[in-house]
Amino acid sequence: MTSAMAPPANREIGSDVYNEKLGMWVFLGSEVMFFTALIGSYIILRFASPEAFAAPGNVLNIPVTAVNTFLLICSSVTMVKAFAAVQDGDQRGLRMYLVATCAIGATFVGVQVFEYNQLVHHGFVPSGYVAASEYAAQAGTPGWPESVGVYSSSFYTMTGFHGFHVSMGVLCMSFVTWKAFRGKYTQTDHRGVEVIGLYWHFVDLVWIILFTIVYLM
Amino acid sequence: MGWILPEGFSTFAGDIDFLYYVVLVVTGIAFVIVELGIVIFLFKYRHRPGQKAHYTHGNNTAEVIWTAIPAVTVVVLGLMSGGLWAEIKGHESAPAGSIPYAVDGRQFEWNVTYAGLDGQLGTGDDFVVRNQLHVPVNQPVVLQLSAEDVIHSFFVPAFRVKQDAVPGMTIPVWFEATQTGEYEIACAELCGLGHYRMRAMVTVHTAEDFQQWVADQSAD
Amino acid sequence: MATSALPHADAHGHEHDLSFIRKYIFSTDHKIIGIQFLLLSLIGLFIGGLLAITLRWQLGFPGEAIPGGGILPETMAPGGILLPEFYNSLVTMHGTFMVFFAIMPLLVGVFGNYLIPLKIGAPDMAFPRLNMWSFWIALPATVLMISGFFMAGGHAAAGWTAYAPLSANPEWTGVSGGQKVWLLSIAILGMSSILGATNYITTVVNLRAPGMTWFRLPLSIWALFLTSILVLLAIPILSGAAIMLYFDQTIGTHFFDALDGGQPLLWQHLFWYFGHPEVYILILPAMGFVSDIISNNSRKPVFGYHSMIFAMLAIMGLGWIVWGHHMFQSGMNPALGTTFMVSTLLIAVPSAIKTFNWMGTMWRGNIRLNVPMLNAVAFVAMFVIGGLSGVFMAVTPVDIYIHDTYFIVAHIHYVLFGGSLFALFAAITFWYPKMFGRMMNSMIGKVHFWLTFLFYNLTFWPMHNLGIGGHMRRIYDPSEYEFLQPLQGMNTFITISAILLLTTQMLFALNFIMSWFNGEKASDNPWKDNGVEWTTPSPPPHGNFPTVPIVYRGPYEFSSPLVEEDFLPQTRKLEGDQEPGAAQNEGDR
Repeated sequence: MTSAMAPPANREIGSDVYNEKLGMWVFLGSEVMFFTALIGSYIILRFASPEAFAAPGNVLNIPVTAVNTFLLICSSVTMVKAFAAVQDGDQRGLRMYLVATCAIGATFVGVQVFEYNQLVHHGFVPSGYVAASEYAAQAGTPGWPESVGVYSSSFYTMTGFHGFHVSMGVLCMSFVTWKAFRGKYTQTDHRGVEVIGLYWHFVDLVWIILFTIVYLM
Repeated sequence: MGWILPEGFSTFAGDIDFLYYVVLVVTGIAFVIVELGIVIFLFKYRHRPGQKAHYTHGNNTAEVIWTAIPAVTVVVLGLMSGGLWAEIKGHESAPAGSIPYAVDGRQFEWNVTYAGLDGQLGTGDDFVVRNQLHVPVNQPVVLQLSAEDVIHSFFVPAFRVKQDAVPGMTIPVWFEATQTGEYEIACAELCGLGHYRMRAMVTVHTAEDFQQWVADQSAD
Repeated sequence: MATSALPHADAHGHEHDLSFIRKYIFSTDHKIIGIQFLLLSLIGLFIGGLLAITLRWQLGFPGEAIPGGGILPETMAPGGILLPEFYNSLVTMHGTFMVFFAIMPLLVGVFGNYLIPLKIGAPDMAFPRLNMWSFWIALPATVLMISGFFMAGGHAAAGWTAYAPLSANPEWTGVSGGQKVWLLSIAILGMSSILGATNYITTVVNLRAPGMTWFRLPLSIWALFLTSILVLLAIPILSGAAIMLYFDQTIGTHFFDALDGGQPLLWQHLFWYFGHPEVYILILPAMGFVSDIISNNSRKPVFGYHSMIFAMLAIMGLGWIVWGHHMFQSGMNPALGTTFMVSTLLIAVPSAIKTFNWMGTMWRGNIRLNVPMLNAVAFVAMFVIGGLSGVFMAVTPVDIYIHDTYFIVAHIHYVLFGGSLFALFAAITFWYPKMFGRMMNSMIGKVHFWLTFLFYNLTFWPMHNLGIGGHMRRIYDPSEYEFLQPLQGMNTFITISAILLLTTQMLFALNFIMSWFNGEKASDNPWKDNGVEWTTPSPPPHGNFPTVPIVYRGPYEFSSPLVEEDFLPQTRKLEGDQEPGAAQNEGDR
């Protein structure tokens, strides 16, 4: 009997996995390259113009973002538990943990929006300092660059696109959750859950890298 | 014209041209072998009634040969080129005693800063001339190349000199002219609507005429 | 949704009860999508050609009004005489259309879509609906790109390479909307490509018919597969870079301008890190098609099938470490120039291997010089010229002189036109019968080929000589320079040849359109080829195969001693052929 969660039947042996899972892995490969372009550019710009980058903690709010990071990691845990639940045939567990993942994911985005708001309010926008703002007043003091354009450019672009990816993830996760509530995922076929899980873990991993490089270093 | 380079008038032009001709001969030989081979095969093995193709999947010896020969060829070409490249483009490779200049590109002109009578850039007797680079013959000069707005490229075909001028960077370019005369400078990187007319001139003087010219400019 | 992970084959040959819209417009059938890409990209090719002729007019006859130029607005060509800013835009858009909206979709979007499922014995792609999205994302991206021509300030004018800071700030070009639209369109098109690559890779890995092992795949499929990996990994880099440049233009970021620590060279590194793999994306599928077609028309197996694969893998791998050869004169550290010179010289070797293997395939063959073969052989003969001209650039001191001259333009066109486009003429003619159920007219095809071959060489060969004379690229009026004046006659000659070349393409267009309605009806296998696609009707039904094909051998068993005929299809079973062991993925391998 053919299982939807096995590689396609009646085919030459290709990979060990069904199409959707292979497709997601392949797609994530392209996402790795996308974030490499952004993060790689940040690293290059940082080495080329270290004076344009603020010391950790001065511009960015590390405590709040650290909590946010912890939240995102928690959402990966709930995602794992959702997948384990459906593997065990536990529909209730699946739905509960999917809802939790959505909620935490949405919270992460919310916190990030809050963070952006704070930064703009203090005078830190993609093009650099806002004239006559609180942060602009610090320019030139230790740990605060004279002008910060390349730092702000790369910060907003990297975290912004990550946030965009999380948002898309939350949307897709909501769709998967809705399908779960309609009983569309079974113990024998829960491909959608596994595949969105892969994406979700990837987005989490990118954030851990970003948080380390951008906020802590 | 054709495949013969126009005459070069700098000390390293000859070396560059030599490499070019080496590559021309090597690629020319490869070109003849491949194209002749194709034409011959098309004729010799064209379909005729009763003809059968020779059933084979290949030949490892052939593979080794036509891998090794191109590989060795390109390695040799590389070895022949590395030294000259470093000699021309290395940031510290301008000969000692090169006369310093600053050349600044902007839409759509080249501004040349001369070291003046004291031969030092950045001193009070420096002066700027637009679109004219005056140098003495048989003396190395080094230009500190920069750009104000977008990327330009400082190109003197007769000297085989080309270097992109990048905003935010200062890049050294050196050469030694071997014949007096006037030579054109072109911009070789698309820089806007006036890119095609970002033309300037190099004037190569005798040593005495050059001193005189500098003195005349400084007097103004 | 439970069982079958495969789009089902239509066992009785009934078409689905689908509306016209679902069958031909919003179709999920890879064959229809392939044809949709074909029509879209042929339009892109035509636009690219028109743009070329227009800019060539200015170079051939500087300052003269272009015939029919009256229809152009005053902002582009008052009195029909091109303005310098419009010229820069033409140069930019010619490259853009040819690379992104013609050659790439033709090679990858058309033939990737059409051939992969058929040649591997699958009913469709792994993700048919995603495939539909690939096309329906590419179409608006194309429309968006075309809209740039109608923006105030004109279309993008910083070259198809969009170097910053020129491209980052409207102040430097006078172009605002056009450059933004260019970036958005490229980013959107990139999504289409990435989705397509995901589909192709999954399909080739997971959906090969029983017996279609990796080393029985045709080289066209190997090439498309490896190209898809390149697309997957390279296009996102361009997307990232395009987004950064877009932000520089719109929200005041400073990635690429020299203010505040921005790095103009960063754009070049990002662009060429994408751009060099991109040029291999533009040639690898062509190499694959040519291997299939030369083998077929020599009635001989491909010489060195495994070496061909190894060479493609080497090209694919080395292609990631040569990008700096576009930047030798950029101001990057000269020591890097030396390392990139080494890798660039090395990448000549796998292309040489392939060239000799194509010749080896023809050697002692039984050659049919039909239209696909003529074009395929022209590919080999012209691509080798493009490859050899590359050696001049790889030798860095020589590059000092020829960088940004017409020598580079000659190289580009020998590999892209002499290479990719001739391969496309071959491939379109070869697979047309399968796609449309009709043969293209052979006489028109031959006339088109010979005239194209002639005018193409008359157009692009002299560009080598222009470059040797020092003629720079992207120059609106070469007569500004004394040293270029002796070369002006050559410019005029090239322009006239180019006009004749473009006119000749009407023959191809005519042949394409007429044959669709009046062409000789095609049998299942008019070329007597071994590929799995030729076991289906021309054109194949939805679902392709009524029963799962079984593959017994490789794709190039021509003139095999095992049979009377000079071809031996992959799916034909002979006495003594073993059934593929791993036909059922049920755990036991």
